[in-house]
Amino acid sequence: MFRRLHDVEGKRVTFTVDGRSATARAGDTVSAALLANGVEVCRTTPVSGAPRAPYCMMGVCFECLVTIDGNGNRQGCLIAIEEGMLVETQKGARAVAVDGRAGAGA
Amino acid sequence: MNELRDVSSLSERYDIVVVGAGPAGLAAATTSSELGASTLVLDENAGPGGQIYRAVTSTPVSAREILGEDYWRGAELATAFRASSSSYARGATVWSVGPALDESGCSEALEIGVSLGGSARLIQAREVILATGALERPFPIPGWTLPGVMTAGAAQIALKSSGLVPDGRVVVAGCGPLLYLLTEQLRAAGANIVALIETTPRTNWAQALRQFPDFVRSPYLTKGLKLLWGARRHLRIVSGATGLQASGDGRMTEVTFRLRGKEERLACDLLLLHQGVAPNINLSNATGCVHDWDDGQLAWIPRVDEWFLSTVPGVSIAGDGAGIAGAESAPLRGRIAAIAAATRLGLIGADERDRRATPVRAELSRALRGRLFLDALYQPAKEFRIPTEENVTVCRCEEVTAGQIRETVALGVVGPNQMKSFLRCGMGPCQGRLCGLTVTEMIAEARGVSPQEVGYYRLRPPVKPVTLAELAALPKTEAAMRAVVR
Repeated sequence: MFRRLHDVEGKRVTFTVDGRSATARAGDTVSAALLANGVEVCRTTPVSGAPRAPYCMMGVCFECLVTIDGNGNRQGCLIAIEEGMLVETQKGARAVAVDGRAGAGA
Repeated sequence: MNELRDVSSLSERYDIVVVGAGPAGLAAATTSSELGASTLVLDENAGPGGQIYRAVTSTPVSAREILGEDYWRGAELATAFRASSSSYARGATVWSVGPALDESGCSEALEIGVSLGGSARLIQAREVILATGALERPFPIPGWTLPGVMTAGAAQIALKSSGLVPDGRVVVAGCGPLLYLLTEQLRAAGANIVALIETTPRTNWAQALRQFPDFVRSPYLTKGLKLLWGARRHLRIVSGATGLQASGDGRMTEVTFRLRGKEERLACDLLLLHQGVAPNINLSNATGCVHDWDDGQLAWIPRVDEWFLSTVPGVSIAGDGAGIAGAESAPLRGRIAAIAAATRLGLIGADERDRRATPVRAELSRALRGRLFLDALYQPAKEFRIPTEENVTVCRCEEVTAGQIRETVALGVVGPNQMKSFLRCGMGPCQGRLCGLTVTEMIAEARGVSPQEVGYYRLRPPVKPVTLAELAALPKTEAAMRAVVR
């Protein structure tokens, strides 16, 4: 979906998306890092389960919501990717587990 | 400039707090600190520049011709700001602005709720300048929620801040002066743009030509011609398209449109939509500022005086947030707002204020030349503002369709706030940013009244999500504790 301009330099950052290892450029937002790694769908909606991807990249549409280091519904387009970050795509509405801890997805 | 990285390093109180570090915010802060006001800039992004000059101090795009000379001009604003005595917090989200009430319920200052680095804090300011800029107008067509569809501005942000270029076949669709600029930047960066689908209604020309003499004297003429010339030489341009749709199973794979009654299909990998920008009014609305519907810009514009002071004492609004006027006007508006705020603070007198503001006003009136022509020519087509097909998603968050909205109006719903209780329309995480204009215009059309009469969502703080943990950790007054403890 997106590729890097050939002359772009910069420090590499390693992170995981849904458990898979990936790399990005230091200074990328989480959403940019996902787009650069071919992750097209960052979540499915809580209402109908429809797939969604970042739409505005400037913090207004809230389509880029992902789970970052265990915290759900973070705006990926506003948060800088960091070394070792655990990024998870979101699936539908958040499930509430019986032990009282919120689960990451349905 | 003094950078602050966590909420604990913010002062309790500032003379002036500026929200947003785009051209208006940077210029406002530079001016207000020059005039001796203790100034803090709170900005959501990773660096100064706002959206138009996004990542201007850090972009990995080194070939200057890709983003164009106008973009690099933003660096001057960032440099002047850096040299100022202003404090600056990046990655800071302002979620409320309101009166700071003391124990007796009186207010002498404004209170700002801000989150930074995972913690929230309430600080005070005697003056607040909102420079929250613009957002891209909603573009509700069938399939606009599919992955593979984004705004043209989103692709531009990916390019500016990360050096990312769309891969595969790209279709750009819509209208507005920025559309050609964004397309040209992407093309220069190597994107494969298979078509630029123009949705500007041909009938707009009649209205626009009335403003033509003014436009001819503006810098927009040569800039516009250069962009149009470049686009026409390199791209397939489809003019006057109607019935635009995106389709695909799970992701967008095809764009459909009608041209002179004939349907055309284009296979593509990315569809970029853009039909102009509108003021981002979520914070000014939640602050209680009065807004009026503007028939030329087809948007809500906060009511401000000649000094950009809103209807809420101490709260000014500069830049495109006070009505779309473009990147050249934004810093000038920021300067005027800051000069007036410093005067109210007693830092300069009225004579000094007028002496400083006069040349800025002259520059502003030059920068505004040609805007009315652009507004008239690029007024987005009604069919792309008020969707006719029943199954088009209007509220992306709560997945409310055009059909549901019309049905609800038929039941007697008179405005967007009543609509919420029927459909949850505008109540999702984006808080109406992507549906508000559409909903107002749809209800106005269905009822046969003006958008002004229909009104807008009554927004309330927090205007951005704050975690319960952040709120719970805020210091509380004795009175607030007594109000809830049993």
